[in-house]
Amino acid sequence: MVQYSSPPLDLSFAALSDATRRGIIDQLGRESASITSLADKFQMTLTGMKKHVQVLERAGLVVTQKVGRVRTCKLGKRGLEAEAEWIEAHRKLFEARFDALDEIISEMKQEGSDESAG
Amino acid sequence: MNQQVSSAGGAQNRTSIERRGDRELVVTRAFDAPPSMVYRAWSQAELFQRWWMPRSASGVSLVSCDMDVRTGGKYRLEFSAGGSDTMAFYGKYLEVVPNERIVWTNDEGEEGAVTTVTFEDQGGKTLLRFHEAYPSKEALEEALQGSAAALPEQLEQLDEFLSSIGE
Repeated sequence: MVQYSSPPLDLSFAALSDATRRGIIDQLGRESASITSLADKFQMTLTGMKKHVQVLERAGLVVTQKVGRVRTCKLGKRGLEAEAEWIEAHRKLFEARFDALDEIISEMKQEGSDESAG
Repeated sequence: MNQQVSSAGGAQNRTSIERRGDRELVVTRAFDAPPSMVYRAWSQAELFQRWWMPRSASGVSLVSCDMDVRTGGKYRLEFSAGGSDTMAFYGKYLEVVPNERIVWTNDEGEEGAVTTVTFEDQGGKTLLRFHEAYPSKEALEEALQGSAAALPEQLEQLDEFLSSIGE
């Protein structure tokens, strides 16, 4: 069993800053695939695909396993977490906004100034 | 596939977020005030700029805010992260129905969302829905990454949590 330590998050964001790599994550979310079939799917050379997969692997988003002569890729735990993380960050931003809006509304109520804007 | 995330705890007015399909995000929140009041806080620049970029959002501040909230009107917001660089967000209002809905474009990027905010009267309270429709799945994911990147502290906490559950 390999010791798994979490790579820094900026590595994940860098890994996901590329549309092809996001596509790979998306694809692997549906089913695991070999490097060869990913290269076909994304119309890339094997070398190009290997590089992308390496970047994703370093970020902990993808794990690969070599069985015989075929290297299979599947989503690492971080790949599964990434989307939920982004959505949660977005929610937190809105929560902070709406809490601030709540305060302003309380002030408005105290001023008793509920005239419609003209 | 829809994912819904709500705030933990028993807060009365919770912010919930839902991803609908590949291209849409919906944020909802109830407010303890009539729609006319919530609409004012959203449509008057001097009120809007006091809450849109809260202090907790990692040192980014709203330095200017011009809004002409009526159908066909334009808006422009400028943010600063402390340095001399400002980031501008701008677009136009596609539809404005006072106290009910505001629809606007986000024109600063290649693939901006169309945002709709609605204010629904619920017996003197307001259910606010903030709906973003992106032109593509990739555009939505860019936006999510952007908002995640804007909140480093919370992400660090999340990161620690994620490492703690890793083997």
